[in-house]
Amino acid sequence: MIAPAKTELVTVNIDGKEVSVPKGTNVIEAARLAGVDVPHYCYHPKLTIVGNCRMCLIEMGMPAVDPATKAPITDTATGKQKINWIPRPQIGCATNASPGLHVKTNSPMARESREGVTEFLLINHPLDCPICDQAGECKLQEHSTAYGRGYSRFVEQKNVKPKRTELGPRVTLDDERCILCSRCVRFSKEVAKDDVLGFVDRGSYSTLTCYPGKQLANNYSLNTVDICPVGALTSTDFRFKMRVWFLKQTPSIDPESSVGANTEVWSREGVIYRITPRQNDAVNDTWMADSGRVLYKQVKADNRLLAPTINGAATAAQMAIKAAADLLVGRVVPDEPRGKTAHPEDSPYRNGIAIVGSGRSSVEEQFLTKKLADALKVSAQLVSRVGAGDKILVSADRNPNVRGALVTGLITALPASQLTSLAAGIDAGKVKTVLSLGEDLTAAGLTAAQLAKVSIIYLGTHKNATSDAAKVGIPTLTVFEKSGTFVNQQFRLQKFAKAVPGPAGINDDLVTLAELVAAAGGGMVSFDLGTLWTAIAAAVPALASVSYASLSSTGLLLDATPWAALPFVEGETLHFKPAAVPAAVA
Amino acid sequence: MIELWNSLHPLVQAVIKGLAVIGVMFPFGGACSLVERKVSAWMQGRPGPNRAIPFWFAWVPVLGPFLQKLGVFHLMADGGKMFFKEDPVPGHVNKFYFYLAPVVGMIPAFTTLTVVPFGAYLDGAGKLVPLVLANLDVGILAVFAVSSLGVYSLILAGWASNSKYPFLGGIRASAQLISYELSMTLAVLPVFLVVNPPGGSGTLSLFQVVEFQSGTWQGFTFASLHGLWFGLTMPVAAVVFMVALFAETNRLPFDMAEGEADLVGGFHTEYGSMKWGLFFVAEYSNMLIGSGVFVLLFLGGWNPLPFLPLASVVGWLGSHLSPLFLHPIAMGLLSIGVFLGKALFLIFVFMWVRWTVPRFRYDQVMKLGWQKLLPLAIGNLILYAILIAIFQAKN
Amino acid sequence: MAYVVERKPLTLSERMYIPQILAGMRVTLKHLFAPNVTMQYPEERPAIPTGYRGVPTLVKDPNGREKCVSCQLCEFVCPPKAIRITPGSVEDQPDRTHVEKGPQAFDIDMLRCIYCGLCQEVCPEEAIFLQNQYSMTGYTRAEMVNDKARLYELGGTLPDQHFKWDKKKDAAEHGNAH
Repeated sequence: MIAPAKTELVTVNIDGKEVSVPKGTNVIEAARLAGVDVPHYCYHPKLTIVGNCRMCLIEMGMPAVDPATKAPITDTATGKQKINWIPRPQIGCATNASPGLHVKTNSPMARESREGVTEFLLINHPLDCPICDQAGECKLQEHSTAYGRGYSRFVEQKNVKPKRTELGPRVTLDDERCILCSRCVRFSKEVAKDDVLGFVDRGSYSTLTCYPGKQLANNYSLNTVDICPVGALTSTDFRFKMRVWFLKQTPSIDPESSVGANTEVWSREGVIYRITPRQNDAVNDTWMADSGRVLYKQVKADNRLLAPTINGAATAAQMAIKAAADLLVGRVVPDEPRGKTAHPEDSPYRNGIAIVGSGRSSVEEQFLTKKLADALKVSAQLVSRVGAGDKILVSADRNPNVRGALVTGLITALPASQLTSLAAGIDAGKVKTVLSLGEDLTAAGLTAAQLAKVSIIYLGTHKNATSDAAKVGIPTLTVFEKSGTFVNQQFRLQKFAKAVPGPAGINDDLVTLAELVAAAGGGMVSFDLGTLWTAIAAAVPALASVSYASLSSTGLLLDATPWAALPFVEGETLHFKPAAVPAAVA
Repeated sequence: MIELWNSLHPLVQAVIKGLAVIGVMFPFGGACSLVERKVSAWMQGRPGPNRAIPFWFAWVPVLGPFLQKLGVFHLMADGGKMFFKEDPVPGHVNKFYFYLAPVVGMIPAFTTLTVVPFGAYLDGAGKLVPLVLANLDVGILAVFAVSSLGVYSLILAGWASNSKYPFLGGIRASAQLISYELSMTLAVLPVFLVVNPPGGSGTLSLFQVVEFQSGTWQGFTFASLHGLWFGLTMPVAAVVFMVALFAETNRLPFDMAEGEADLVGGFHTEYGSMKWGLFFVAEYSNMLIGSGVFVLLFLGGWNPLPFLPLASVVGWLGSHLSPLFLHPIAMGLLSIGVFLGKALFLIFVFMWVRWTVPRFRYDQVMKLGWQKLLPLAIGNLILYAILIAIFQAKN
Repeated sequence: MAYVVERKPLTLSERMYIPQILAGMRVTLKHLFAPNVTMQYPEERPAIPTGYRGVPTLVKDPNGREKCVSCQLCEFVCPPKAIRITPGSVEDQPDRTHVEKGPQAFDIDMLRCIYCGLCQEVCPEEAIFLQNQYSMTGYTRAEMVNDKARLYELGGTLPDQHFKWDKKKDAAEHGNAH
């Protein structure tokens, strides 16, 4: 890890430019602050420094002082203090800033050193760029363009190594391309805490390998692919699928748990090809879990709901929404005064309506669900989804947005994993209609017999027992097909953007909810994010100053004190310490 | 035969004559369009239309490939297409005038043909009789009077199309025709000044003009002038008439009415199929009549060469080769051949010029007509009037 | 920079039109009798010069092996986006051990292709060539899209100068002697 930043600033001179940096910052980072890029392979800001690639060689010097008196020695020619340059190049990554440090990143010696390093790296590097998945985002390619000689002086036969070593279920190693930077080794050891990688053999026989009997199978193995500066480690899933220069990047959020790891969704022409982490030093650094990277497959899954249904028969979206509205509004007792907020203690299923919201819905959807619940004078409930936290980037709460429901006021207490109260209500005949926002009610403890007793309106993306039992089914969009926000375990409001268009004929969830709200007499609400957020900011005190457009890509930390007393289930993860003792993990 | 003809009712005669004109002029218009395509192709180094042939005709040896190369079947296919293809009438046009315009175009084209003599024969009394459908004494006046009606067709087409480009084309056509008609008429006047000596009963008959040019060599005397064609004695008048003729027939370089480059198709932009075809039959008919009138006025009509009138040729042939040549029909055919040869050559000149000279700009057309040709024609008229006054006074 | 070209004043004969027109008519008359310069296309075919850019095709190496490795550089560089490749991995073949990648599908839409030759220029494997074929016709849009099989059929085999993969195989068998 990078040395902890100290508040003490020192002034260093990089390529003749004075820049103040925290003391102990290495030269690569200091140069970055000065707007200078120092090429490097093995250095990674989130990993320890080993200095084995020798690409970041720079020239350094210190102000000259008289050894005896410690008095500065002045250069007579310029009238300034003389600089004693070290006659050999130094590596930038392991050189820390100290007062008066002078650095030349682009001197003839530095350039020549890099050219030498590059030539050696390329001696045995295969001419694989046309078939290499790293091409286009390859550091070796970039630095060879800047420091390579354009032809090889190596006349001997190149080293040939295995091309397709399976290091684990998700990672394939191409040994020929490896430049032995050891980033993957350090990552496994330091971040994933699964020390399985190492080098064996010497010289040009050196090979990356797993320890005998082990494999790179942890849930963070694909991060080694991300940090590999060349094409040695490749994702088996993404292998040969698409060249990266065709892919469009869309900032998104990993919805698999309440960590809310920031991600980048790579798509081309409406098809997602891969998901990689997006750096957010307050949430996930530059990492994400493998399990979050395959979620894009749900977009094209076979069991995706693609058509609105009434009693199982496909229909038009407008018809389905109307049928849903009829089911809901038909049960509202007309003589009751409108606008009165329902009290869940009094009448959880007033008029026989129950709303099961979702911790997977975005803040905007939860806000509209709340509006709908208010208009129908009922209270909504959520289903909690708890798994084991891995103390890195997957937390115990597998709903990405339970805190969003708290912030918008959809719920006031933490949800349970079983809908026992609803089950009892159905059995007692008090509930006639259930609106489920993507929650599988059978998974939440309801039986098929109970589902058969009520009219279910199901808004969801994929087929399940509840969608099969639904009277009205309205398909919705996955997180990759819509824009919105999540509130993660730190109460950090983070936004995700639409990466690909949804299937033809499927409305955005917000459109469906807004129409239901309007039909239920909750007034016209906008489904456009910009306008909707002005309504949210007006209605929700915690979000009073927020707008979707101005929300920064690293998120906005909300005030968590109103909910500090709630027994959240999350344990400790990267950049997160639970405030209270977590409740027993279910 | 002549008796049979004369015994027919005048109305029947007129119908037969009219049908004859139509039967000649329509194929002639089509043939002209083929010739136009071939001439332009050859001038541009291309073979021109040479593909179409009915499959059964391809079996005919020699003749089949020859006609195919000549593009004759293209001509037939074009004609057939024009008759049978869909005839779209745009919704925004004035239907009555839209349909009327091509018909109006045909009327002067065919009517003028009746007064143009295309040959002559000696009757039993040794008198030269013209071959003409209607031997009017007003001759040239009738030609000018009727042919200038042709412009109404273009104006009608342009106006009835109710569309900007045809409208502009129609307007340009009318302006151009008015401008050049003046020069044309003035260029012809000296010819008739010469033909009609003062004191005698005058004539405007084109036949008389040809008669005037049928002289023989009489030594260096004024009488020898009768052997010379007016094209040689009045070159300026001939040139002015020729240029005005180009303008009157809307041929390049005076293609103002059509103006593909700036007016899409000019007056006929909205026309299609046979209605469009009628405009072109009319154009080629006008070309033929114009050429014919030019031949009669300035190139000695059916006299083969200057100082060599038709009568002498026939007489020589009859005495040296066969008396058969003295038969009126043989003589008539010979005169028609000479006349048509000259006229067709002029039509070739029309095409030749078209594929040589680019189109004038509209202002250049106006300038040329009013500022160059008109003064030239007037000057020419005055010059010949003076010359005639001097020389006839001497005689 | 714009500059004004002075026009020569017209001479008298030029201003009179007639001599100029006659000179022009002399030229056209000459051409009237000159031999034709056109080619009777379907029967006569033009001689294709070397370096001609015809229909883009995929070629095989002299051993009849697929050269394209589906790097998609041609798809990237193609200005009208006529090329569409679906990449995929290929099975290990005994004589091509190190080629891991090849096109599953390779479509060139000849309705879009502008025959610029950038695909040929960019190809790192020298697998795509614009050859002599210049006449593409079809009754449907689908017919005008050349798929992989058609591209290889059009392309045939061209001599190889580099033998990259043969060298690689040689290095695998005899190398590592360091």
